[in-house]
Amino acid sequence: MSKAQLFITCLGDQFYTSTLQNMTNILELLGIELVFPPEQTCCGQPLFNNGFEDKTRAVALNFIRAFGKSNAPIVGPSGSCVSMVKHHYPSLFKDGTPEHVLAMDIASRIFEFTEYLVNVLKVTDIGAVYPHKVTYHASCHYLREMGLKTEAKTLLNSIKGLEFISLKEEETCCGFGGAFTVTFPEVSRSMMENKVRDILASGADTVITCEPGCLMNVAGGLHKAGSKIRAMHIIDLLASK
Amino acid sequence: MSETPTYIGFEEYSEHVPASIPSAVQQATSRFVSGRAARVAELPQWEELRQIGSDIRQHTIENMDVYLTRLEEKVKSAGGHVHWAETAEDANRIVLQIAKEHNVKMAVKSKSMATEEIGLNHFLEAAGIEAIETDLGEYIIQLAGTGPSHIIVPAVHLKKEEIAALFSEKLEINAPTDPIELARIAREILREKFLNAEMGISGGNFLVAETGTLVMVTNEGNGRMCTTMPNLHVAVVGIDKVIPDWESLTVFLKLLARSATGQKLSTYTQFITGPRRTEGEFGPKEFHLVLLDNGRSKILKDPVGRDVLKCIRCGACANVCPVYKNVGGFAYGSFISGPIGAILSPQMLGTQTARELPYASTLCGACADVCPVKIPIPTILLHLRRRVAQGDEFAPPTASVPIRLTASLASFSLAQNWLYRFGTRLLPLLMSIFKRGDWIPSAPYPLSRWTKARPLPSFTAGFRQWWKMRSAKRKEASQ
Repeated sequence: MSKAQLFITCLGDQFYTSTLQNMTNILELLGIELVFPPEQTCCGQPLFNNGFEDKTRAVALNFIRAFGKSNAPIVGPSGSCVSMVKHHYPSLFKDGTPEHVLAMDIASRIFEFTEYLVNVLKVTDIGAVYPHKVTYHASCHYLREMGLKTEAKTLLNSIKGLEFISLKEEETCCGFGGAFTVTFPEVSRSMMENKVRDILASGADTVITCEPGCLMNVAGGLHKAGSKIRAMHIIDLLASK
Repeated sequence: MSETPTYIGFEEYSEHVPASIPSAVQQATSRFVSGRAARVAELPQWEELRQIGSDIRQHTIENMDVYLTRLEEKVKSAGGHVHWAETAEDANRIVLQIAKEHNVKMAVKSKSMATEEIGLNHFLEAAGIEAIETDLGEYIIQLAGTGPSHIIVPAVHLKKEEIAALFSEKLEINAPTDPIELARIAREILREKFLNAEMGISGGNFLVAETGTLVMVTNEGNGRMCTTMPNLHVAVVGIDKVIPDWESLTVFLKLLARSATGQKLSTYTQFITGPRRTEGEFGPKEFHLVLLDNGRSKILKDPVGRDVLKCIRCGACANVCPVYKNVGGFAYGSFISGPIGAILSPQMLGTQTARELPYASTLCGACADVCPVKIPIPTILLHLRRRVAQGDEFAPPTASVPIRLTASLASFSLAQNWLYRFGTRLLPLLMSIFKRGDWIPSAPYPLSRWTKARPLPSFTAGFRQWWKMRSAKRKEASQ
């Protein structure tokens, strides 16, 4: 049986208990033996993206130690957090140092959830059923940094009963951007409202994203707008029967 | 117009964006975005072309001294004059000096970002020389008394009704809202100016070192009038505009108009090599090229930040930027706006003055996807954020003390996993008093800045406990 380590991300940890439970169940159903390193905290992206590279190192080292105990692949429900580890961790440490070697190793075996399913396990249909009109918001780091252009849609296409509706400006940022939401709240709000406007106009009753950050933002925006449209992480949709 | 706008800070401006700006900007930019996409789709070799463009610009900024020396020599041998301006003030003084030597009372200008950068109009006006913008968009913002809010569409923030009102007020006429009619009014006024101006002032899109040729890419024909009707032509151009040769120019002409306006080629592409040589030829008797540094050679010393100098000023990054489209160009507090402004201004003005700009992005990466010369804008934003937050060899840190303390505290608590885990158990309890159903509609500072736009989901933080109990049960079952 192949093994994988669960990377739950700090936003998942705080806000998305059931999504993490669904992720666990789906992976186990596919025959993966899961390990959960409890020492994991946050990937450090909020510090890194705000320019505090020096203060990111200690957080990255905690991550590297937590996931370094096993050499199993690491799977997380966020393209953004996974991209941080995959693309930025190696740059945090000087070439040739033991930390750099460890960071390179961790970077080489971390995967975003849909990437792991579609590209590693080669699974595109897990028997989910969801007879609804569904639209999709492509998250920025998932799409552009991880280059995951087709994985989510491939999975959505396999869901029975699902009617896919494409979203206008599918690839435009929803205004999350981490600390951006509190640094420039008005700009973040306008961007979120544009996204919500497009979702409302789509005619879908469910909007899917692969990113906890975008999910918080979009779901909150829809709630504020008084909409009944459900915002869901793709994991929760895949767990629908 | 053209005072160099006062820098007021992105955050302050973004809190009071006039409602008319985002809608005007979004309407115009979406036209450019779809136009660009259509032109790109026609060229199967587009990505290859971008790579070649990027490589040429990289090579040029790394060998700028060589090409600038060649350019100077060629401009001079074509009969032109070359002036080197280290600062904006130097450039202004040089232009004024030339104007005075020729008894200039009025100058006509074609659209130029370099002269916006140095605030030339204001400087000339203070010296008693009238400087008239003749590009329609520039003419409008000159009447309005503001700077440009977009690289290629300076008046993009104004709707036709606002422009009509402006014309009516400033020109003391009854202007209709029909854009064609508005253009006709401007044309009539400007025709008179073209005929009487003693000096034409332009910028330049490229400087071809091989032959000392100034290349201007325009759409309205006013650029040609400015550079051919008066007997004196002064071009103010940033040193970063130099390119090696005509072969490389063909690449940039393919990239520029497609990226900027979604045109295959702009209406006018002018090649100006020196002044007229004989009386029978067209063009001015004298040609002066003012080469503007104004901080560019300082930027060149930074191996990461200098990629900003590859820019060919197409504005495509702004057109796709969701931040720009919601705040407009004035939010960037400088002559240049959008993502490119967010990485140029902090390097030109310094990270003390423009310390908010590197943060004026969600790092979504849409800009880098469309940049015709592949400037890694998000990478440079991050580089400049590091300069602000922790300082580097070029500047000391400028982030506020509370921000730096918060970062230290966050780093400590995220690195000590026991502390993080303790916090994860504590937060749901603390936040439960703000909970209303599944949501937290309003939270204390700093999360209040989140909840003023949308509620926060409630802190569930139940996975760790669930996993623990599940593992214990399984262990029990297997025993």
